[in-house]
Amino acid sequence: MSDRVFRGLCYSFAWLSVLVVIFIVLRIAFAAAPAVRQYGLGFLTTRTWDPNQDQYGILPEIWGTMYTSVLALVIGTAFGVAAAIFMSEGYLGGIVFSALKMFHVQFHPFWGKLPERLENVLKNLIELLAAIPSVVYGLWGLFVVIPMIRPACNWLHMKMGWFAPFGTDLSGPGVLPAVLVLSIMILPTITAISRDALVSVPPKLRMAAYGLGATPWETILAVILPTAARGIVGGVLLAFGRALGETMALAMLVGNANSITLSLFSPANTLAALLANTFPEAQHKEVGILMYAALVLLGITLLVNMIGAFILQRASAGLEGAK
Amino acid sequence: MAAIDPAGSAQLSPLTGQPNSDPFAGVDFDELETSLRRPRTLINILLTWVVAGMTLLALGPLFSVIWMLFWRGGKKLSLALFTQLPPAPLEQGGGFGNAIVGTIIIVVMAALISVPLGVLSALFMAQSKDGDRLASAVRFAAKVLTGFPSILAGVFAYGVVVLASGGFSAFAGAVAVSILMLPTIMLTAEDAIRMVPARMKEAAIGMGATKTQTAVMVLLPTAFPGILTGIMLAVARAAGETAPLLFTSLFSSYWPASGHHLNLMQPTASLAVLIYNFAGMPFQNQVEMAWAAALVMVLMVLITNLIGQSLSQRQVQS
Repeated sequence: MSDRVFRGLCYSFAWLSVLVVIFIVLRIAFAAAPAVRQYGLGFLTTRTWDPNQDQYGILPEIWGTMYTSVLALVIGTAFGVAAAIFMSEGYLGGIVFSALKMFHVQFHPFWGKLPERLENVLKNLIELLAAIPSVVYGLWGLFVVIPMIRPACNWLHMKMGWFAPFGTDLSGPGVLPAVLVLSIMILPTITAISRDALVSVPPKLRMAAYGLGATPWETILAVILPTAARGIVGGVLLAFGRALGETMALAMLVGNANSITLSLFSPANTLAALLANTFPEAQHKEVGILMYAALVLLGITLLVNMIGAFILQRASAGLEGAK
Repeated sequence: MAAIDPAGSAQLSPLTGQPNSDPFAGVDFDELETSLRRPRTLINILLTWVVAGMTLLALGPLFSVIWMLFWRGGKKLSLALFTQLPPAPLEQGGGFGNAIVGTIIIVVMAALISVPLGVLSALFMAQSKDGDRLASAVRFAAKVLTGFPSILAGVFAYGVVVLASGGFSAFAGAVAVSILMLPTIMLTAEDAIRMVPARMKEAAIGMGATKTQTAVMVLLPTAFPGILTGIMLAVARAAGETAPLLFTSLFSSYWPASGHHLNLMQPTASLAVLIYNFAGMPFQNQVEMAWAAALVMVLMVLITNLIGQSLSQRQVQS
């Protein structure tokens, strides 16, 4: 009797967790429905946000979300994949080992374990980047990053103001500080997944390349990175999904200006930051419109995440075939 | 490679074994030598240093954040911070005792919602046969939630709890946060339960235990450290979440109580929202308090994380 109750309980809780996800999507969609009916697709392509005249459009927010996320992804991928290569090739351990060799203690019971331990410390440090809450990154961006980059940005604007990305000066929050902080926040995701992909490349491919006379870096660039490419791309896409939905750091750093700009130094806005800043004081009518914006954000992130997860699944299946 | 001597092997070709006057015709031996004057070698060394430099640079922000937290937040740290209420603008002193209590209340409530749901769903997934439709649907739902933007959890809780109950409350915040905790708990618990050796399960069944008795007396206790790791990681993430709390539990300058009773249905302060609100204020005292609150929050998050990780190591050893 109690056996059947407990199994029923497990079964219904499993159903419940699926239903919760469906319910979340439907709840946001239904709340957005009146606004969708009233504003239609024009909501996505107009740029005014004026509660007094009852006109709403989120084109600047869509542009800002894409612009900041793509830029952060470029920086985050460069540094994230570099860190993944550094870790998967065991460079740190190699350097420490040859340093120990100079003192002839490389097989010492204590010092001999140092290379492995330091590699572990490095891995944990990168993971620690992901453990810091995003509001703390926002605080750090406001009081450290913005004052630090402001002189360089204003110098760039003075010397190269004709170049659109340097078109304005940085007076406070803006696109560039937001992008820098965002790229730091997505780096651990990219590094962790890329490292897994690089480590699972079959060693015989590396040996074959060495046997042909390739240098270690020729092997990395021509053999190992292409083999691990699917896994890395999957990780980058998941990081892209994170960047699109990231809220607090952007709400604090991007400047919340309802404008479409190419300039890295002028304020802009993103979908998530719009929700964070407008929701607490929204009136009943505005809530429906914000629900529409939330639905758009939900659609974009779900799409990106599903493609990323799908590619990762294919990548691990593909590597099993290569072994 | 430099050890091969072209002059000594002139009689037999290494490729065909036939006598050959010049078996290495067309081989550029200088090209194979490891020498700093060769571009290949140089590029190899250069790229190694570039990658090492980029890794160091990527860790720079981490040290900067930690340094700033201890330098600017540590300065302000005192016992009063933990017992007093947030100061009004231009007021000196004060603390964020109510925000610490609020964060703990919200996280504990969120755990009470998500732990039973997550662990029992995980038990179902781990017990199901391969190709079970419902199990893969649950797994898919968990993966969708992993990449779910945290602000949307807030939007959902606003629509379901705040609008229905007529006001901002700690309970609404807990609902929003529990959605974000769910996937971590579910996926780690499933892994932990699957790692329980099959012979233990078979032994239990062999002794005549029902599926429930096997699950409750064998599977869950054995997988307990792993499940607890997942819960700890989820709690650590939840404690730092800000976006879902902005318009669900809102903020309050008072203790989360009405009269002498704990009140969960009123706006409640949390450390994360306090940091967000105070960081944007033009007052020195508030900004310093934001740094101190950030230090307290990061320490809470890191300690919870460390406990979780040490538990998972213990599981590996057993």
